[in-house]
Amino acid sequence: MTSVQHGAPPSPSRGADGTGTRPPDPRERARARRSQMLSRLDIRTSPYLFIAPFFLLFGVFGLFPLLYTVWVSLHDWSLIGGNEGFAGLDNYVRLVGDEKFWNALYNTLGIFVIAVIPQLLLALLLADTLNRRIRFANVFRMTLILPYITSIAALAIVFSTVFGGEQFGLINQMLTAIGLDPIAWRGDRYWSWTAIAVMIDWRWTGYNALIYLAAMQSIPKDVYEAADLDGASRMRQFVQITIPLLRPTIIFTVIISTIGQMQLFTEPTIFAASLGYAGGNQGQFQTVMMLVFQETFNYQNFGYAAAVSWVLFLLVVFMGLINVWLTSRIRGAQ
Amino acid sequence: MFKRRRGANVATAMIGGGALLLATACGGGGESGDGQINLVLDTFGVPGYDARIKQFEEEHPNVTVEERNVTDVANYTQQLQQNIAAGSGAGDVVMVEEANVAQFYAQPDQFVDLNDHGGAELEQDFLPWKWDQGHGADGQLLGLGTDIGSMGMCYNVPLFEEADLPTEPAEVAELWPDWEGFISTGEKFMEAETGAAFVSTIQPYFRAVMAQHGGAPYQNRQGDLVIEQTDSTRESYDTVTAMADAGLSASLPIWSEEWNAGIQSNSFATLPCPAWMLGHIESTAGDEGNGQWNVADVPGEGGNWGGSFLSVPAQGENQEMAIELAKFLTSKEGQLSAWEEANVLPSNPEALQDPKVTEFTRPYFNDAPVGEIYSETALELEPVYYGPDTQAIDDAFRAALESVEQGQASPDEGWNTALEEVKRATGEG
Repeated sequence: MTSVQHGAPPSPSRGADGTGTRPPDPRERARARRSQMLSRLDIRTSPYLFIAPFFLLFGVFGLFPLLYTVWVSLHDWSLIGGNEGFAGLDNYVRLVGDEKFWNALYNTLGIFVIAVIPQLLLALLLADTLNRRIRFANVFRMTLILPYITSIAALAIVFSTVFGGEQFGLINQMLTAIGLDPIAWRGDRYWSWTAIAVMIDWRWTGYNALIYLAAMQSIPKDVYEAADLDGASRMRQFVQITIPLLRPTIIFTVIISTIGQMQLFTEPTIFAASLGYAGGNQGQFQTVMMLVFQETFNYQNFGYAAAVSWVLFLLVVFMGLINVWLTSRIRGAQ
Repeated sequence: MFKRRRGANVATAMIGGGALLLATACGGGGESGDGQINLVLDTFGVPGYDARIKQFEEEHPNVTVEERNVTDVANYTQQLQQNIAAGSGAGDVVMVEEANVAQFYAQPDQFVDLNDHGGAELEQDFLPWKWDQGHGADGQLLGLGTDIGSMGMCYNVPLFEEADLPTEPAEVAELWPDWEGFISTGEKFMEAETGAAFVSTIQPYFRAVMAQHGGAPYQNRQGDLVIEQTDSTRESYDTVTAMADAGLSASLPIWSEEWNAGIQSNSFATLPCPAWMLGHIESTAGDEGNGQWNVADVPGEGGNWGGSFLSVPAQGENQEMAIELAKFLTSKEGQLSAWEEANVLPSNPEALQDPKVTEFTRPYFNDAPVGEIYSETALELEPVYYGPDTQAIDDAFRAALESVEQGQASPDEGWNTALEEVKRATGEG
């Protein structure tokens, strides 16, 4: 057989030969064995071949930039000049002593706390409400997702009016009308966090609520019926049945929110009336990601920005692990 | 023609790098088979080139010129820098703002040296300092001047009336021979309690006062920071923070939506007006603003804020024709045409003395003799030297001034924060 001399193309066809109905013949047997080997190889390797395109793309667009960032972070690197020499760990040393980095991290974590915790709790309650038998349930469910698909430009316009300055802001005009002092939404650190948290929650609460709702609908109804028979209140059912059974979903949303919030960028950037990446005239609401953008595009300091984003990556992993650990304790409620 | 930042943050947030990629993708012009040349002209703000481009196309039937305009110079500059660094995507002729000249011309290889193309003969066509600014470190001629930003002071006529202040430009100018006079006028205005503020935000006044001091306010020609070595920067800072102390400011961040709304609703009484600012007021206030504003002399002596250059990037394909276009637009006739179209003040000394400029009045601004006001000081202007990191330094001071006028920092705290930020931006911190 000529195919023996050929480089044995990994043909997946297992038709005519290898069925063992023909009389034993050494050549035939060898062929059968070879085909068996091929089919075993096929079963073992094909799955990897099928997922290979993803990993190739991930390697090019995910892993490579990730590792390249490490490389850049070890150098002085500028937009115009490119690589300006090896700097070792200088960028990281600078980061540890950099007040602006700690300020940005403080802002990021602060906004995380006041945005994500109310957001997920609210989403749970909303989902629970929508999971009951109410009129127009589908209309309400649709409404939940509306903010999520609203364009960011519209978001920027609406909220810059709502949280506008002393003269032109909607809330401030109302406050002044009833004789209260206007709020410096962008000047005061904590008011600015509040405004940004409102923007984030407006956009993402519905998204999380829908995920919770989907999970809730997969909880068998008879569990609740049994609880009803035992005389458990609605609240108790929510705490002792719904939440424990939603645990995997809650962990998922917590991780996704953590990743998103640690890289918070869009909302605070459009919230800033001017000086985009600076996050307020004293960095009151500059997040770590905004600092990365400022260093990269305003100061053309790629090396340092790369160091900051790499540290941010590690922080996201760290925060993710902490949150998984925290949420996994939900089991204790059972 | 300077930093228009309306919605800049929104734009940067949304578009981010995407815009840059887009700009890179639709690269410069090209030459099709039949000898037809397409030139791309990159501009920002309101350059006033429409009529002149049409004329160029008539004189060169085989050439079409496509003007790509970006309103906001901050966005424009970032895109241009990306395209220059990438080696493709920039227009055949590009506009460069005065404050960013050092940043771009520090890369002399990226632009055509016009000395090699008969540029040296043009020297007498430009104010000497404008001519100098267009040069690279080794004497290469990299940009030809377009306009300059000599200053006037815009004031709101109805608000001045309401506060019992004079409304005729000459009388108004007498109120403020210097900046102290300006501040005391402001205090009088505030006592009248019109409900409006005297200044919108102190930042543009900082630019104006600093421009009058001349010299190198931020960085010297070697690129070293000189803010702490130059008294004039701190003096300018103190002059304008005194305005905030006196309670004159409406604290509306410049170029923001609220600032524009302030122009529309007569929320403040004055605004430093380089020639190019008139166009911004007119387009922002629209028909309702007609006759609301007038222009008087600026307190103190002259000063130049803004103005631009045209350069030919070395990456272009049709450099000869691009150079032709740049010369055509920056010639005396080109500058006069732009003046008539958009009121950008010529940098050509002859054009500055041309009756078309000196006798020009602007109906929108109560027939203010803008030609006379602007051209009078223009010939004696002392230019400001702006180093390579001007944009970032300017942003740092803007943040500091805003934090002072909004009461979040004392002038000293604001100054120190700005200095720290500036050192970061320039890599000296």
